Amino acid sequence: MVDFKSYAFPDSRGKFGMYGGKYVPEILIPALDELEENYSALCRDESFLAELNNLQQEYNGRPTPLTFAKRLTEHFNGAKIFLKREDLCHTGAHKINNTLGQILLAKKMGKKRIIAETGAGQHGVATATVCAKYGLECIIYMGAVDVERQKLNVFKMKMLGAEVRSVNSGTATLKDATNEAIRDWVTNVGDTYYILGSVVGPHPYPMIVRDFQKIIGEETKEQIIKAEGKLPDKIIACVGGGSNSIGIFYPFLKNSEVQLIGVEAAGLGIETNKHCATLTKGRAGIFQGMKTYLLQDKEGQVNEVHSISAGLDYPGVGPEHSFLHDIKRVKYLSATDDEALSALFLLSKLEGIIPALETAHALAALEKIIIGSHPDQIIVVNCSGRGDKDMFKISEAGGLE
Amino acid sequence: MINLKKYISELNTKSELALSIFLTAGYPDKKDFIKIAELVYENGADLMEIGFPFSDPLADGTVIQRSSLEALRSGFILNDLFRYGEQLKLKYNKPLIAMGYANSIVNYGNADFFRDALNAGFDALIVPDIPYDEYEDFYADNIPNLPVINLVTPTSTDKRIKEIDTVTDSFIYYVSVKGTTGFRRNVNQQTLDEMKRVRSMISKNKMLTGFGISSIEDISTVSPYCDGIIIGSAVIKKIMENQDEYESLSYYIRELKCATTKRHQQNID
Repeated sequence: MVDFKSYAFPDSRGKFGMYGGKYVPEILIPALDELEENYSALCRDESFLAELNNLQQEYNGRPTPLTFAKRLTEHFNGAKIFLKREDLCHTGAHKINNTLGQILLAKKMGKKRIIAETGAGQHGVATATVCAKYGLECIIYMGAVDVERQKLNVFKMKMLGAEVRSVNSGTATLKDATNEAIRDWVTNVGDTYYILGSVVGPHPYPMIVRDFQKIIGEETKEQIIKAEGKLPDKIIACVGGGSNSIGIFYPFLKNSEVQLIGVEAAGLGIETNKHCATLTKGRAGIFQGMKTYLLQDKEGQVNEVHSISAGLDYPGVGPEHSFLHDIKRVKYLSATDDEALSALFLLSKLEGIIPALETAHALAALEKIIIGSHPDQIIVVNCSGRGDKDMFKISEAGGLE
Repeated sequence: MINLKKYISELNTKSELALSIFLTAGYPDKKDFIKIAELVYENGADLMEIGFPFSDPLADGTVIQRSSLEALRSGFILNDLFRYGEQLKLKYNKPLIAMGYANSIVNYGNADFFRDALNAGFDALIVPDIPYDEYEDFYADNIPNLPVINLVTPTSTDKRIKEIDTVTDSFIYYVSVKGTTGFRRNVNQQTLDEMKRVRSMISKNKMLTGFGISSIEDISTVSPYCDGIIIGSAVIKKIMENQDEYESLSYYIRELKCATTKRHQQNID
């Protein structure tokens, strides 16, 4: 039984129970050790924290609002719905919370060259943005399929001065972009800093990214207490790698009365092979430096997965989520492409907020979760990003006719 | 089971470097694989590494990525690896090493894998995504005691190399370049200085050098600083380009063996 009052994961070996770890080629071990040492020192350094805090306010626009969704609440006629507005972050999603932290880390470590992977392009844009701000060379790996479906973000990255390398290997999506970024790091490990965008990969990344994202949950806690005088009953967030969800969940882990719900992408349906519902349908494996749940075939080969949302189109999931799933602290559901699309339109029309396709999965699950709830209950949905980047994709899916 | 340390020592005594050739299991297809493996042994390879393909090979460059993917597409399953081992061991009493990524082993069941690999005739195992940090956990079920070959790189610290040397009992796989397999960077003085440092930290194992070694010149340059060399991507490339029933592949292996024999002697003289 895990005592959440003294929750101290990952442990000294980078494990969340049996998950996590450092399953990487030997060449990267010194780089991971160097990163861990620097991070451990900096995360206790008052001047570093003050600098980051200032950036979060003055550059990123934090704290983001917690918006009461009045018409959506009336529509469902159940619990009060609040939206944590990460879509209002600079660059349009929560991703920049992490890249601001990591660019400061990279600078302190004296690295000159920054690499990153991206799926939906939000992490790529957030990385290119901080590289522009600090004048560092930036190379973004992006699957060829994603380059096509997230064109707008590719333009943005280029405009910000980043080089976007289209990845054709494997399935040409997020997992392959991540493989390529790791291969680049293996080759250029001396002068290069890898800004990983989610709570995935080898230790210490899942911990570092979580720590830079937990600001979402910390603000939510303060804001909901101020607005309603109590903690929410439920918090819902979408899960691809799982950074926005861990960000909002983490500060609430010890509040056992708050139910935490992660929503994975069910693609064309979890009964088909075309989905990314890793925790729902996968099993433990070793992938991209971590032990975690993985969608794989009976030979242990990683499955080709599918989601309409590029940011969720990933066969793995952060190791901390695997752990929280096993110990049942977080409940993981899934929503299909179609359910996400219709939730996207609902929020747009009722609240004047166009969410990202990723976020739309959390909103889709809300429709089921809210059934049977009462007006004195509170549900917070993490509105992780905005939908500008998805216009072409939504139109292609027939949503704008 | 062949004692790899002893086997390599004997070659070194004859002033030869050990030549280890990497092949992707099941590539280009199940039938040709065995034919190629036999050619590789017949033409002078001292050891053979059979890589069982994985969909997401992190430490590999484009050549081995491609061979892995094609082997998987042609229907390779892990049981084929054991069958290859059995077949080759019937004909050749030469070292055979299984190499592949951790997930294939975890999925098969670690204990089952170690036992079946040993029974199939494999003399050792290399798993490039199990660094020393994960060594104990991963090999906890290695009761049959299949020898494990660990990798060391130019970035490994002295302390770490000594620890890895302690838990290894065959040879250390020295990755001579920062990069993925097949990565080309000319062997320079820095490469040699790093090799010297690493070798001086190894006391109970042989050291074979791989990654980025493909030419006769490379072999000649590194030969004073190691006990053998490993060639992978360059061999796979020859198989990819094959248009002469693997005649140029056979020629290439003979050339390599010739270089590991002569050059080592020259350097010792």
